[in-house]
Amino acid sequence: MERTDNNILIHKTFHIEGGNFPNAGTISDQVKKTLKEAGFPNSIIRRIAIATFEAEMNVICYAKQGELSLFITPHSLKVVVDDEGHGILDINLAMSEGYSTADEKIRELGFGAGMGLPNIKKNTDEMILTSKFKQGTHLEFVVYLDRQETHLPFE
Amino acid sequence: MTLKEVKEILNAEVISGDHDLNKEIKCAFAAELLSDVLALAQEGALLITGFTHSQVVYAADAANLCAILFVRSRWPNEATQQLAIQKKIPLLSTSYMMFETCGILYEYGLKTCALKVEDGKD
Repeated sequence: MERTDNNILIHKTFHIEGGNFPNAGTISDQVKKTLKEAGFPNSIIRRIAIATFEAEMNVICYAKQGELSLFITPHSLKVVVDDEGHGILDINLAMSEGYSTADEKIRELGFGAGMGLPNIKKNTDEMILTSKFKQGTHLEFVVYLDRQETHLPFE
Repeated sequence: MTLKEVKEILNAEVISGDHDLNKEIKCAFAAELLSDVLALAQEGALLITGFTHSQVVYAADAANLCAILFVRSRWPNEATQQLAIQKKIPLLSTSYMMFETCGILYEYGLKTCALKVEDGKD
């Protein structure tokens, strides 16, 4: 990441159960609530909520389980997701729009269009993705608050 | 166009959010894929879909969409309705098919909210 920000104001960790499709959306919902309570502007919340929703779906679709952590610092909102699961064989391929390994069950739920990872990248300022095939995936993404024009709660 | 006008034009039933019918709809986005909603729908859009799982409400809420209109008389279950009430996202249902629903609203002047996709090749 571009800048290490050690001053963590809020840190929350959520457990995500792989395959638990009925619960999909609840983790990003909690992240959104946390950011709303902290008083962030809607435009920032929307970017993190969308990216987190995509990340949550990836764990539910492709992993046994995972943990999603939200870190709020005076300068950034950061989300870190670690899962145990399929992993990604070819990250460049996974990052290309439209590439997907989703099965029918995932597609029935309206996901698996191969848009998730590119959409996380689109909505955030930085994104890091590493994976060990058949072991798991590490994803982190950041939205920098000082790149926003809107008023922030900590100012 | 207001949500009330959308309701009248399409002879739609209001599932929840009666008191929010005066909401102004700037534009609309139609999709059966939530991936598309998250990637392409713009803030404030009316979502037109046949997809009724609770995930549609979570996705609409994450993307700050203003209301959801179900086509083909699709009707969400109680849990989805409750979630929508909690999120203050009005739900409507029309018996028109997706194509007709979009066509009618377009004819009445409602425009798209989606950005153009440059390359959709697999």
